[in-house]
Amino acid sequence: MATAVKKKTAEDLPEKVHVWPYLVRLEFLCSLIVIIGLAVWSIVIDAPLEEAANPTKTPNPSKAPWYFLGLQDILVYFDPWFAGVIAPVLIIVGLMLIPYLDVNPKGNGYYTYTERKFAIWVYSFGFLVLWIALIIMGVFLRGPGWNLFMPWQYWDPHKVVALVNVDLPYAFGFRDYWYSAAFGFSVVLGYFILGTAGYMFLERKAIKNVGILRMLLKINLLLIMIGIVIKIVLRLAFNIKYIMVTPWINI
Amino acid sequence: MANKPKIPNIAEIMADLKSGKLWNDLAKKFTESQVWTSSFRHGYADTPRNRVLQIASNVWLHLHPVKIHRHALRIKFTWCMGGITFLLFLSTVVTGVILMFYYRPVGEYAYFDMKYLQYDVPFGMLMRNMHRWAAHAMVITVWLHMFRVFLTGSYKPPREFNWVIGVFLVTFTLLLSFTGYLLPWDQLAMWAVTVGTNMARGTPFLGHEGPFQEFVPLISPRYDARSVLLGGSLVGPPALLRFYVLHCIFIPLVAGALMIVHFWRIRKDGGISGPL
Repeated sequence: MATAVKKKTAEDLPEKVHVWPYLVRLEFLCSLIVIIGLAVWSIVIDAPLEEAANPTKTPNPSKAPWYFLGLQDILVYFDPWFAGVIAPVLIIVGLMLIPYLDVNPKGNGYYTYTERKFAIWVYSFGFLVLWIALIIMGVFLRGPGWNLFMPWQYWDPHKVVALVNVDLPYAFGFRDYWYSAAFGFSVVLGYFILGTAGYMFLERKAIKNVGILRMLLKINLLLIMIGIVIKIVLRLAFNIKYIMVTPWINI
Repeated sequence: MANKPKIPNIAEIMADLKSGKLWNDLAKKFTESQVWTSSFRHGYADTPRNRVLQIASNVWLHLHPVKIHRHALRIKFTWCMGGITFLLFLSTVVTGVILMFYYRPVGEYAYFDMKYLQYDVPFGMLMRNMHRWAAHAMVITVWLHMFRVFLTGSYKPPREFNWVIGVFLVTFTLLLSFTGYLLPWDQLAMWAVTVGTNMARGTPFLGHEGPFQEFVPLISPRYDARSVLLGGSLVGPPALLRFYVLHCIFIPLVAGALMIVHFWRIRKDGGISGPL
C-alpha cells in the first residue's frame, strides 16, 4: 500500500523555523567571514599615523573625519550655525520623526517601490546624494582652500578662484542695507509660507486624516531639504552667496 | 576469590575500540558527570526539545526567539547589517581594551604611546588596525542597516520607537568614531577634530561666533559651547583627556544601554519585520 509521496514545495514548508540551527549557523558563518575579512584587511593595510600634533601647523586642506565631510561641504553654501549645528540637529530629529510623519500603512516589512514611491525617493535622495555623494566629493575632490579638483588635477595650493559671488538682494538691484535685508527675509519667509500653503492646498483632503501638525512638520522639513539643494544650485549656477543678509543671521 | 576485579584482555579492548563502545562509554562518563550536567542544561541530540533549549537556556543566545519566520533568514531581506554592526562594535571593544593597556591620554605621552604600540608592542599594530578599520566599517554598516530598515518600511507601527532608538545609536556610533579620531594625537587627528569642533562656535546663542550670542552674557571664546567640548579654547591636552573619557567610558556605556533596549524591542515589537 505505498502512497505516492508528494514532492515538497515552498508552501508545504512550515512558516516558522528553529533559530538553532537555522539562524545561529548563518550568524556564525557571517561572523567568521567578517572577522576574517577584518583581520586580513588589518594585516594588509595599516591605519594612518601622521607626524605628531602641532597646533602651529595647519594643514591645507583641513578635513573633518570622512563621515562628516558631507556637512563640511555644506559649509561652502551655509554659515557654520546652519551647516555645523542646525543641519545635523535637523537631520537627527527629522530621522527620528520619520515613523510619526509617514502614515502610509503600506510597505510595512517588505520591499516595495510602487506602494511608497515618494518616501523612498526622499530618503534615497537625502542619503545617497546629499550625504554619500557629498562625502565622496569631500574626500576625493576637495583640495587646498577647499577648492574643487578633478582626480587627475594637481592639488595646487595657489589655485586662483575668482570671488564673484553676490548676495541675492544685490543681484536684484537692492543697494540699501535695510531694504536688502527686508527683501532677503521676505524671500526666505515667502518660500516657506508659499511652499506650506501650496502643499496644504494640494493635500487638503488628507488634513482630516493625517492631522495638521504632522503635515506642517513634514512639509517644512522637506522644504528645508529642498532649500539646501536650491541654495547649492543658486551658488553653482548663478554665484549667489546669501539669500538673506541681516546683522544677526545670514542664510 | 569471587570479588577479584576482572582484568580485560587486550582482545576485548581492541574490540571495544573498533566498535566505538570505548568512546561512547567515555563520552557518557563525561556528559553524565556532575560538572558537565551542571554547566550544560540540555542534551546535544538534534531533537526539537534540544533545539529550543539551545536558545532558551543559553544566556548569550536567548536574545533570539526560539523560532523565527522563514523569511527572516533571507540575507536579501536583512543584508545582515544590524548583526554585523554589533559584531564590529564587539571587535572594537576587545581591541580597544587591549589598546588601553598601552595608551595614555596625556599630551606628552599619547603620540609616543602610539609609536610604541605600532613598533614595540607584539601585535600592537594589528590591534590598532583592527580597531580603526572596524570602527570605520561600523559607520558604514550602521548606515546600510538604517537604509535597509527604511526600504523595508520596518520603522512603521509597531516599531516606531525602536527606529528612534536606532537613530540615537547611529548618532552615538558617529560620536564614538569622532572622539576616537583625536586619540592618536597626530596632525590628522588634531586638525580633523579642530574642524569638527569649530562648528560648535557657530551654535546659536551658545557659541561665541554664533547668531544671537550677543544677547547671552559671558559667552566668549573661553566659555561657550565649543570650550565645553574641548575644556579650553583650542584642541589641546584637556580636549584629549575629555575625548578619551567620552570615547572609552561614557559613550560606550550609553550606546551599550541603548543597544540592549534596541535588541529587546525587536522581540517585544513582534520580532524582525516581515510582510503581515
